[in-house]
Amino acid sequence: MAQKLTRRLLLAAACTLSATSVFAQSIGDKVIIVTSFSKDLTTPFSVAFEKKYPGTKVEVQNRNSAAAIAFIRETRSSPPDIFWASAPDAFEVLKKNSLLQKYQPKAQGLTDKVGTYPVNDPAGYYVGFAASGYGIMYNTRYMRANSLPAPKEWDDLKKPIYFGHVGFSAPSRSGTSHLTVETILQGEGWDKGWATLIEIGGNFQQVSDRSFGVPDAVNSGQYGIGIVIDFFGLSAKASGFPVEFVYPTVTAIVPANVGIIANAKNQKAAEAFVEFLLSEEGQQILLDPKIQRLPVRQSTYAKAPAGYPNPITDKSLGAKVSFNADVSEGRYELVNSLFDRVITFRLKELNAAWKAIHDTEKRLGTGANAEAKRLLAEARKLASSVPITAKEASDPAIAGSFQEVKKDAKPAGRQAEFEERWDSFAVKNYAEAKALAEKAAGAK
Amino acid sequence: MSSIASADRPARAPFLARYNASPAQALALAAVALFLIAFLIVPLVRVIVVAFTDPGGGFSLVHFGDFFRTSLLREAFWNSLYVAAMTVVVASLIAVPLATILARFHFRGAALIHTLGVIPLVMPPFVGAVAMQLIYGRNGTINLILNDAFGFRIPFMEGLNGVIFVEALHYFPFILLNLSASLSNIDSAMEESAQNLGARGFTLFSRIVFPLALPGYVAGAALVFVKVFDDLATPLLLNVTSMLAPQAYLKITTVGIADPMGYVISVIMIGCSLGAMMLSVLVLRGRDFATTQRGGGGLSRRRLGPGGNAVAIVLVIVTLLITLSPHIGIFLLSIGTVWSFAELPDAYTIQHYVTVYREAGPLIGNTILYCGLAGLIDVIIGATLAYVVLRTRLPGRRLVEQVAMSAVAIPGLVLGIGLLRTYYDVKLPFSGESLATVWFMLVIAYAVRRLPYALTAATAALRQLHVSLEEAAENLGAGKLSVLSRIVVPLMTGGLLAGFVTSFATAAVELSATLLLVARAPDAPIAYGIYVYMQSAAGRGPGAALGVIAVIAVAIATYLAFKIAERERGLKSRELF
Repeated sequence: MAQKLTRRLLLAAACTLSATSVFAQSIGDKVIIVTSFSKDLTTPFSVAFEKKYPGTKVEVQNRNSAAAIAFIRETRSSPPDIFWASAPDAFEVLKKNSLLQKYQPKAQGLTDKVGTYPVNDPAGYYVGFAASGYGIMYNTRYMRANSLPAPKEWDDLKKPIYFGHVGFSAPSRSGTSHLTVETILQGEGWDKGWATLIEIGGNFQQVSDRSFGVPDAVNSGQYGIGIVIDFFGLSAKASGFPVEFVYPTVTAIVPANVGIIANAKNQKAAEAFVEFLLSEEGQQILLDPKIQRLPVRQSTYAKAPAGYPNPITDKSLGAKVSFNADVSEGRYELVNSLFDRVITFRLKELNAAWKAIHDTEKRLGTGANAEAKRLLAEARKLASSVPITAKEASDPAIAGSFQEVKKDAKPAGRQAEFEERWDSFAVKNYAEAKALAEKAAGAK
Repeated sequence: MSSIASADRPARAPFLARYNASPAQALALAAVALFLIAFLIVPLVRVIVVAFTDPGGGFSLVHFGDFFRTSLLREAFWNSLYVAAMTVVVASLIAVPLATILARFHFRGAALIHTLGVIPLVMPPFVGAVAMQLIYGRNGTINLILNDAFGFRIPFMEGLNGVIFVEALHYFPFILLNLSASLSNIDSAMEESAQNLGARGFTLFSRIVFPLALPGYVAGAALVFVKVFDDLATPLLLNVTSMLAPQAYLKITTVGIADPMGYVISVIMIGCSLGAMMLSVLVLRGRDFATTQRGGGGLSRRRLGPGGNAVAIVLVIVTLLITLSPHIGIFLLSIGTVWSFAELPDAYTIQHYVTVYREAGPLIGNTILYCGLAGLIDVIIGATLAYVVLRTRLPGRRLVEQVAMSAVAIPGLVLGIGLLRTYYDVKLPFSGESLATVWFMLVIAYAVRRLPYALTAATAALRQLHVSLEEAAENLGAGKLSVLSRIVVPLMTGGLLAGFVTSFATAAVELSATLLLVARAPDAPIAYGIYVYMQSAAGRGPGAALGVIAVIAVAIATYLAFKIAERERGLKSRELF
């Protein structure tokens, strides 16, 4: 009996031993991750992963999206294992160039939609491991010094009082910023959506060339209000900066993704890392005050501190818009280029037009006569329209001019030709709008 | 003179003698050309070929037509020219007085002042931008104080004038370094003769000193022009997009856009930079700056009376205070807790240094190693090339020189992609590691992009050295090698040092190529460490701490270099009391 027990114990011990050794062997000694995330996010995850899989080292290579894509493209003969970043556009580029591999996670209990935005790539090349909502971040000292009220809704940002106080990052430079623009365009419709964007644009102090440029400037107090992803605002506040963050009632939800690179050297470890991100313990790391992202695992929200936003139950987060990913994809590059032509690169002209409109409206007050009202309406229209229609924007021939040329595609022109046309359209309209608003001021 | 010299030794190498060159010189030129082909031309061509490709894949210049048809880009072109030219003016206003004072008068710790004069070149990525905004920005220290006291602000950091202001603060050391090197090469006998003939004060400066130092000034000014014309960091910091470099950058780095225009702009920028450099050569053409007498190194130094001393010191201190203000900002950022919409940080801490303490060691070690090697490569190649260009008539030497100069206009990202594309599949023997991701590739990327600095400095130095000194030595029986090591190199020390320091200091904060080529964190230089921290609000303090460490590391290395030069110069210099 005793002998039998000993033997059984020995057997069990042997089993465990062989299991652990197989385990350690099977996932490999390292996993190489290319990421654009900050240390605040990557370190807790790699520490926890290495703890769970002793013997496997996480090698993190920090690169911005552009450098990451170029690196993965140029090293495809022997690439890193994982690409881990926010920007859905970067994943799309990698996918189109066959630089990612399909992977179906085994983890269960995950939501597949945050708000109405699909979390995972429908084709299975990358998965969302967290989500974030867009909102408004402001510097409280700046607001007090300039006696500005706190903005609550997107429409508040159109108000003349915020002229020159708002910042945003260009959608061409930030995949998450692009999703916000696209959400507004789909939610309000092409023409009305652009009118909103350009009118808010009239109040921009700056259009930054990188996502982090906006929270950076608000943190310093360079300008007061930034349109940013929630964790930029929330983590800055947690680091002690005098800033606040609010979600407007309707907000855009953007995912943060992870994908395994095609021909990854450390396939097993890469899969283990993806599974770890989606696991209960991995998801819980997202609640860290320095990270503050929204988990995609329903049960993790039970452990979140009170007041933590929950897009799965809170329907106002990204729910009002039913997001059409096909429309978005078809006009992706075109929307980015259009935004840069009519807002980013002509910001000075746009600011001048809206300043003139605001000034005239303020001066005339309610006493404007019909002629002044007509001129102002005309000016507003000129300072908020785009040179092409929704239909044209989704026309494959036009949208195709902004994409890499496919074999049998016939683009309607070169990107440079469209851009020149749009640029002159914007310059002319903004100058006319300014002139009309000034004329209206004299029409009293 | 030189034709006689070459006629003296027709037997040795009849073919090369026609070009007034020895086999060793021809070999040196070939080696430099090979280096440039391997690490500049091939990688570059593999990337920018799309600028010349039509949508169907054939050769085409249509994109260049588009460039000139696009009003935004035409505007950007003129803006870039305007900013570059104005920056030369403003930078000269800072650098020329400083260089003259330093060369003319006795100062305790001239090496220290020279070092502080170089520091503005070391602007750590991101951290420098944040600090500039916190000091000079719309709600920076100065404007908050002005606004509280007088109710107005000065838009230091807005529009094209803002770019000129920041660029001048950043790049005036190019002029300072090269002009100082030139001034220290002027023979004091020249000046004494002029004084004996009655020249004093401004006449002496404008008729004798400045013309003789012209090669150094022109070299520095041309570098400032070209660097500012191609500079990306400052327009991005000020969010001015209507210039060529940011337009090219935004096109090239925007995810998912396959627009060739970014590369077209790069090609045009390279063309303009070469044009500017050639223009600077034309300015100097037909004039002889070389002096044969080597009685004394540099202008005669004077001791100032107490009044003059005070004025000079105040002038130097004020200049340094203005030009170093971004670095004071970085320092405050690194010891501050939170600094937001305020004149100064809320409170002070050393916590950020504790945070970076452990990783700073390897980062600094890597930076010094990579940038030191890059600077060394640059000085060797730059001096070789300058010598071959000015002293021989080998065919193709001007072309090689221009190729080397074109590196100044190449965006780091473009060179990085090109190097990866060309060398990633070349595996090292033994380890099997890819050649493109070995740390030495970073050294090469830095060296290639900074080569124009060292080349310009070496050329300016050699221009002041009369060929008859070398011929005299040869006539006395010295071989080519001993002429080089005993005559040429020692007399060029100042210029070579200026070249090394500029290459080294600017490479220490290079980000774009670094971000692409670093494959392992243990191999990373300090710029990478700063980038990693500066992606989050909590990382601002530690990022600034690393920035301060980078600046101090460069400062110490530069100081040592100047100390050595000062000792050399002390041996040559005569003093007048």
